[in-house]
Formats: sequence, C-alpha cells, structure tokens
Amino acid sequence: MTVDAPGPAGAESAAGEPVLRLEEVRKGYGSSLVLRDVTLEVPVHTVTALIGASGSGKSTLLRCVNLLEEVDDGGIFLDGAEITAPRVDQDAVRRRIGVVFQSYNLFPHMTVLDNITLAPRRVHRVPRDRAEAEALELLARLGLADRAGAYPDRLSGGQQQRVAILRAVATRPRLLLLDEVTAALDPELVGEVLAVIRDLKEEGMTMVLATHEMAFARDVADQVCFLDAGVVLERGTPAEVFGAPRQQRTRDFLRRLTEAGRL
Amino acid sequence: MTVSDDADDRPGDMAGGKGEDVTGGPPDVKATPAAYVPSARRIARERYRRARTRRSFAVAAVSSAATAAVLVALVVNAPGWQRTRATFLNAHYARVALPKVLDGLWLNLRLLVVCGAIVLVAGLLLAMLRTLRGPVFFPVRALATVYVDFFRGLPLIICILVCVFGVPALRLSGVTHDPVLLGGFALCLTYTAYVAEVFRAGIESVHPGQRAAARSLGLTTAQTMRHVVLPQAVRLVVPALLNDMVSLQKDTGLVSIGGAVDAVYAAEIIASRDFNYTPYVVAGLIFVVITIPMTRFTDWVAARMNARQSQGGAV
Ligand SMILES: Nc1ncnc2c1ncn2[C@@H]1O[C@H](COP(=O)(O)OP(=O)(O)O)[C@@H](O)[C@H]1O
Ligand SMILES: [Mg+2]
Repeated sequence: MTVDAPGPAGAESAAGEPVLRLEEVRKGYGSSLVLRDVTLEVPVHTVTALIGASGSGKSTLLRCVNLLEEVDDGGIFLDGAEITAPRVDQDAVRRRIGVVFQSYNLFPHMTVLDNITLAPRRVHRVPRDRAEAEALELLARLGLADRAGAYPDRLSGGQQQRVAILRAVATRPRLLLLDEVTAALDPELVGEVLAVIRDLKEEGMTMVLATHEMAFARDVADQVCFLDAGVVLERGTPAEVFGAPRQQRTRDFLRRLTEAGRL
Repeated sequence: MTVSDDADDRPGDMAGGKGEDVTGGPPDVKATPAAYVPSARRIARERYRRARTRRSFAVAAVSSAATAAVLVALVVNAPGWQRTRATFLNAHYARVALPKVLDGLWLNLRLLVVCGAIVLVAGLLLAMLRTLRGPVFFPVRALATVYVDFFRGLPLIICILVCVFGVPALRLSGVTHDPVLLGGFALCLTYTAYVAEVFRAGIESVHPGQRAAARSLGLTTAQTMRHVVLPQAVRLVVPALLNDMVSLQKDTGLVSIGGAVDAVYAAEIIASRDFNYTPYVVAGLIFVVITIPMTRFTDWVAARMNARQSQGGAV
C-alpha cells in the first residue's frame, strides 16, 4: 500500500525519536479521572496494542492523541514536537494522524470512492484523477474494486471497516490510530479486517490500536499496554505481558478473557 | 409484501401465479423455465388475504357512504342552507370571479417562487451562523438566536401589517411603498426563521461520529460542514422544508391585507361589490387545488427517502 513512503515533507524526525510520545497525560471528565499520568512511547514502524477492560480509558487516550479531546495535563509529542501546546495548528496535526473508528463512520452520502478521496482531494489538494487512481489501486488490493461506486450501506460490516481503513491511510498518515475496529463485526468478518492491519504492519505503518482481540494483539503487536482505570499498569512485549504478567490485575484480566474464550 | 421470500427463493412462479393473481400476489420476477407449483399452503394464504382485502374494501365503502349521507343531511337540513347556498355557492358569481381570481393567483405564485428561494438560502445561512463556535462569533450567534426566537413567535399577520403600513409611515427616502414587495419582505422575515430552525434541527441530527471522522481526516470546520454535515442534514430535512413551502404558498394570500391584488384580494373586490361570498370559496378552492400536488409530492419524497434508508419489510 506504499503507506510507509515518507509522509508530508519534514515529517521525518531525528533518529531514535519515537513517532508518538505521551508524557504524564492526565484527562478527566468532570470529577472523574479517566487517564492518570499516562506515559507511553511508540517507535516508528511499530504496533502498540492497548488492552484493558471496557471503560479503562483506551478510547479516551486515542481521542486525546488525535486532539478530538483536550488533555488536562501532560504533553503529547508527534515526531518530537508537542501537539498539545497552545497555538498548534490542530488541523495540520490531524492531517498527519489517521483514525479508524469502531463504528466505521463512513460518510453515508458518498460512494466508497468519494469517501476515500475526500481528504486527499480537499485537504491535500491532490487532483481528482490521481486521487481516484490511487484509491482504486488500494481498493483493488483488498478485492473491493467492484464496490468503488457503491454507497456504504450496501456493504457488509467487514467491507465497510476495510474501506474506513483505506480512507484513513489514503493520505499516508505518519501514525494510524485504530479503536476496537473489529468490535462491531460479526465473528466471520473479523479476519478480513485484521488481515488488512497485518498488511499495514508489513509495510511499516506505525499504529496504536485498542483491541479486545488478544490473539491478534499477541501476534501483531510489538508492544502491549495494559490500561487499568486510566493507568498504564503494565507495558512490554506480547511475550512479557501475556506470557508472564507481573501485576495481579493483569493476570485477573487475562484470566477473565481466557474464561470467556477470548484468549 | 410478505410473499417476497417465496419469490426470491423460487423465481419463475409467473406460470403458476398468472391469471388468479389479483391483489397482494407475488411481485413480477423474471420468468425462468423451471415450473414452480405453488404449495397448497401458499394458495390458502393468498385466498385468505384476498378475502380480507375484499371485506375491508366493502366495510370502507359502506362506512364512507353512511358518513357522507349524514353530513349532507346535516348541512342541507340546516335552517340557513338556502341562504348559504345563494351567497357562498352561486354558480353565476363563481363564473364571474374565476378569471379575476386566476389573474390574482399569478401574483401568489410569483411570491411563492421568489420568497421561497430567498427563504431557503437565508434560512440555511442563519442556521449555519448558529453553529459557529468560538468567542469571536458570539454576537453573530446571539443575533441569529434572537432573530429566530422573535420571528417564530410573531404572528405573521402582524409582521405583514407592520411592514406594509409601518415602513411607509417612516417616510424613508428610497424605500419602497409597494405592498407586494413589503408583504413579500414580511413573508421572508417570518419564514426564514421557520426554515432556519428546520435546517438547524437537521444539522444537529447528523451523528457526531461523522464530524469526528471528517475532522480526523484533517478537514477544517468549514470543510466538514460543507462536505459532510450539510449534505446529510439537507437530505434529512427535505420533507420538513417542503412542508414549510406548502405553508408559504397559502400565506402568500396574506399580502392582500396591504392592498396587493392577489387571488384573495381579487375575490374580495367582487365579494364586497356584489355582496356575494362565492368568490372567496372559488379562491379558497384554487389554493387547495394547487396545494394538494405539493403535499402529495412532499409525501412521496418523504416515503422515498424512508424506503431508501431503512428496509422496513412488511411492517
Ligand atoms: N465524553 C465523556 N464524558 C464523560 N465521561 C466520559 C466521556 N467519554 C468517556 N468517558 C468515561 O471515561 C471512561 C473511559 O472511557 P473510554 O475511554 O471510552 O474507555 P474504553 O475505550 O477503554 O472502553 C469511562 O468511564 C467513560 O464513562
Ligand atoms: Mg472504547
């Protein structure tokens, strides 16, 4: 998918600098603290899996990174530059970060092709014919070329989510955020979506994904973060977190998943 | 239609269903050579459905006839019926009034088209102003809100009276005294407020996830509005907008209070000269007649959009 081609000019950072860095990020709604001093580093070309119970703050963390939410304290750095600083051009930051949502959020009034080419054409000013040619090529790779002219409601959930992923990577983002992208899918459609994410990893896309698919996280992630009540309780390679969890709460969480047949 | 599952599974039931297919029969499907013989169960089901349709039809016909008879009897036996018929339903005056009323109607139609166009554009602009965020736009938002609150509450007839008689009284130089323009202006003032509310409701009912998706792609607030929110919002409110246009069409008749000779005023001229109210009835019926197609069109658009959005099935 050639998404690992260098992003917008100047996006490449100094060697060793992680693509994404969170420094003691704190975020609350009213009186309830949702993220408590979360610190995290996501090196280039790696996949970070966020795991944790429902309500542990995974979605909030991703929304903060994409500046859909404002952090209360701490800082978020993209390629070493703080994006939570005042006077940062938020639209410019969002242009460099792709997001895939649990509920797809495709634009229902646009065809698949228009969904994918909207941002390249309107935001990145790519001429229509080139944007469409690139979109069609991406669709063809996923075997979706014949659906280019279809409206999203004519697609299966798995097809919609794959289109949503294409829409997010069509602008060649520096970082891709995926929030439980298979949670709304029928079980037999999960595989086709995970396959796309695997391909993206092959091509070097830097990703952060919140997921309940533990087998997938174990397989594809370079780093696993266990979030519990807004705290990164445990962080390490899949082998460390799944194989030898240090914290009791991680063990409890994994045991509950095992009992539910999810691991 | 609940029989569609049969039709889907076994195309080619044309041969079997033909001839006896009255109402509620299977939808036409492409004939294929495979001979399909409907099961006894299906035949029984369809016979039952036809019987029920016939029965409903009979019940509806009898009940309508009875209701009509009672209404006619009530009206015709009313003590003042002869007088009423002479003053309101007089064929001679109807013939005299019709050409004049139709002349006046031309003004109503022009008002409808011009005011309708202005109202739709202004209403949309006003609705968008109300969604602007940020402290800079506070005065704009506040003004838009005050405007909508005021003109939605103000009775249209008072708005027209104030515009038509109040504006000329100011004796401002260069401002028109034409009752048609001033009346049309009053219509625009009031209807822009209605239409702005319709658009705002549409904008707010677009799912927030759509906005989040657009912003996360890097689209600006304005681009998100233009490419993602508005196209969906407008689709949602088309039926409500057409409704307001039907209503505007009727209310163009109110410009007559300023002396503009529209269909209503044309009727009034004849009525007050000859002391016969038949011209009003003629004008009223003409408004009804031109409103009905618009109402049906509104229903049709609404039904079509609903059908596209949800596959309701047999219910
Ligand atoms: N907009 C909001 N307002 C108030 N509370 C919220 C809001 N969004 C999320 N929360 C709360 O934040 C907590 C974390 O939510 P979330 O990040 O969605 O968790 P997860 O994605 O891990 O399931 C939950 O307790 C949720 O109720
Ligand atoms: Mg979540």
